Amino acid sequence: MNLTLKVWRQESPNDKGNIETYEAKDIPAEASFLEMLDIVNEEIIVAGGDPIHFDHDCREGICGACSLTINGVPHSKENGITTCQVHMRKFRDGDTIWIEPFRARAFPIVKDLVTDRASFDRIIASGGYISVRTGSAVDANSLPVNFEDASESFNAAACIGCGACVAACKNASAMLFVGAKAAHLNLLPQGEPEKDKRVLGMVRQMDAEGFGNCTNQYECEAVCPKEISTDVIAKLNRDYATAATREAVE
Amino acid sequence: MSSNGSLDSAIPPGPLAEKWTNYQAKAKLINPANKRKFNIIVIGSGLAGGSAAATLSELGYNVKCFCYQDSPRRAHSIAAQGGINAAKNYQNDGDSVWRLFYDTIKGGDFRSREANVHRLAEVSTNIIDQCVAQGVPFAREYGGLLANRSFGGAQVSRTFYAAGQTGQQLLIGCYQALEKEIKKGGVTMYPRTEMLDLVKVDGHAKGIVVRDLTTGEVSSHAADCVIMATGGYGNVFYLSTNAMGCNVMAAFRAHKRGAYFANPCYTQIHPTCIPVSGDYQSKLTLMSESLRNDGRIWVPKSKETAAKIREGKLSGNDVPDEERDYYLERKYPSFGNLAPRDISSRSAKEACDEGRGVASTGLGVFLDFRDAIARLGEDTIRSRYGNLFQMYEKISGDNPYKSPMMIYPAVHYTMGGLWVDYNLQSNLKGLHVLGEANFSDHGANRLGASALMQGLADGYFVIPSTLPSYLAEVTPGSVTTDAPEFAQAEAEVNERIEKLMSINGTRTVDSFHRELGLLVWDKCGMARSEEGLKEALEKIPAIREAFWSDVRIPGKADGLNMELEKAGRVADFIDFAELMCHDALDRAESCGGHFRVEHQFTPEDEAVQSGFTNDGEAKRHDDDFCYVAAWGYKGPGEKPDLHKEELDFESVELSVRSYK
Repeated sequence: MNLTLKVWRQESPNDKGNIETYEAKDIPAEASFLEMLDIVNEEIIVAGGDPIHFDHDCREGICGACSLTINGVPHSKENGITTCQVHMRKFRDGDTIWIEPFRARAFPIVKDLVTDRASFDRIIASGGYISVRTGSAVDANSLPVNFEDASESFNAAACIGCGACVAACKNASAMLFVGAKAAHLNLLPQGEPEKDKRVLGMVRQMDAEGFGNCTNQYECEAVCPKEISTDVIAKLNRDYATAATREAVE
Repeated sequence: MSSNGSLDSAIPPGPLAEKWTNYQAKAKLINPANKRKFNIIVIGSGLAGGSAAATLSELGYNVKCFCYQDSPRRAHSIAAQGGINAAKNYQNDGDSVWRLFYDTIKGGDFRSREANVHRLAEVSTNIIDQCVAQGVPFAREYGGLLANRSFGGAQVSRTFYAAGQTGQQLLIGCYQALEKEIKKGGVTMYPRTEMLDLVKVDGHAKGIVVRDLTTGEVSSHAADCVIMATGGYGNVFYLSTNAMGCNVMAAFRAHKRGAYFANPCYTQIHPTCIPVSGDYQSKLTLMSESLRNDGRIWVPKSKETAAKIREGKLSGNDVPDEERDYYLERKYPSFGNLAPRDISSRSAKEACDEGRGVASTGLGVFLDFRDAIARLGEDTIRSRYGNLFQMYEKISGDNPYKSPMMIYPAVHYTMGGLWVDYNLQSNLKGLHVLGEANFSDHGANRLGASALMQGLADGYFVIPSTLPSYLAEVTPGSVTTDAPEFAQAEAEVNERIEKLMSINGTRTVDSFHRELGLLVWDKCGMARSEEGLKEALEKIPAIREAFWSDVRIPGKADGLNMELEKAGRVADFIDFAELMCHDALDRAESCGGHFRVEHQFTPEDEAVQSGFTNDGEAKRHDDDFCYVAAWGYKGPGEKPDLHKEELDFESVELSVRSYK
């Protein structure tokens, strides 16, 4: 199939950036979206140009590196998948496809479609863990975990840290990401001792990074490749209110 | 070729089961006040590197951790699906440290080091405790205790899992511990930073030269020791289940600086991957091996029928039973479709080589659920494999409930790696190697659910105990980047980058990578012959020459340039491919996934006549090849130097694997 691509090109973080047009010719329907870009890039290189830069690594939907906004929707309009799992058979011959980065103030652009999502790492470093020194753990079965809590925790832990939730949100809010981590750890008995500290630390770091507030639009849930529910945001709000109150009283 | 007695594996004395305990009791220690004086470099942030960096920082050392990804959370350990083994015996089904040890040794086709494997089995239980305490959400039973499942090569249920995301959950646990230490200041993290050379001072590994992938800046880092946990080299084949960025550069740079590379020809080919669909393809996707429990593998009996299927004139469903060849069931009646990985992979290749492949490229066999659906109903099949069927449909566009899946083997894991002793130290003093990047625990074939176990064992439990034996001998901070060796290495790195940028040829980096990959897959893949390996060794230098005279790298070196990154990695893959073929040629036996066509059982063999094994099965030669082949670098294009570590089996008896 033949396609017209409208791609965001930006030389460096401070460059203004603009949309460039490319013709993608003879693309096999079996190719993945990123393989389509590989083909276009090969042609650009041979013709003496600079290839379109984009983040990608595992190409099987788990590492969270790939991050394209395709026709205005992070990871494309298909539900429950990452950019690397989008296949060209979902498009039609002659289509025009708009390709942009995951946009947010807290995700500055490095080059073209590559963004810097280190703000997510700094949020995790501010409380998204359980402090357990290697070697000091008790036997794994000494602490049974209620099946429902374990399942709910697991569902939240499926987050791959891609940032689609932020890119889809008109406020560039990171509440789904932070809520998922808080739910994963707070639901487990192991996570209980540091619960307040965790929530306060992560939320404050999230604010400091320049992510916006949640106004219940649910765009994040709609684009999440792991289909994490906004229930984790409700839970985060509860846990934060409790922790902030306790902190104020103490 | 020379055999060299200088390889000291430093295995502690005493009975096998007591070695690690005795070692720890007598190991050297570093005083807590002194630990912060030591600087440690860790390259790689996957399960092995991340767990090592976090744990060493907790202990008080100063750690610098480097990864090429934008975040340590994206290391490819994340993609492991199945699970992690541990000898917990929570199922009361007779598991023990000994059994896990024995299964791993046998699974490795008796080509791994007993002492290391036993230690791995011992610490396996601590790993599960550690991960659960970190909040890793392993699958649980309704009573709240941990669930287990069984996995290939074992008769007990000892595999812990988190749905199909075990690697992800373990890595996230490890990443969170790492981030905690970063915030505390114990670890300085360098994401999007690639190691381009190892720096040796007075014969010891004392630092690295790196390139900041965002700015292009080349800089040096000195330390008291270097730990490499940079994964495997599966991408030498171009197509593999590895992530796009996985590469051998760090390990190969160390090899060029004197570190021995052990058993590079040991690669694992996984039988159930989605076939290649065209030459644009960038990677291969694994489908869980569990599908073989209910799916039947077949190709048409006739080449003509296969050709019609390839051309789309006929579908798999149109082929009547009497025209189908269920070749695994035919050749291995008792194991059938559950024959071991190496056998299943090789049989698929044979069928396709005969012209009976069914994918449009000719390289694919059917995995058919028609009979299972008829027997058990679609709902049962959906409950067992629903997510896998869905994944298959997303990638291939075909509905496996209605028409048979197509599968083909793909490179998945590499057992070879830098040679290390019991302390995980390379022959280069000060260089330690963990996880898939070293060679020590899996022999010629890795069992399922063992890779995660080894990465975390090395990082959480082994290296923190063994590193002091080296550190106790050195004065902390004695080497800085002022040493002339750093300026020298930096100059060489810059020169290489300039050379790559100045070629300005006509071909893309990927075109060379594809060419190399096809060659090594054909000649040093599932089945190898002396003739084919010699042919590959003749062709690789030509690829190298063409690469260094005709590759085109666009853009500039002083900023993000992903083509330049790839070019450096592919240049090393070309040299590494040569090393791999030399090793494969030297190993004139078949073992594990490494099948040399000249070395198979024939009808004349006693083991075949007695019915113990089949004609055509892999034949080991324990008298001649029960050794680790550790190769020393001799210069560009030169045949490497062979150093043998003879493997002594004190506790297990070497035996022929039989699948009949």
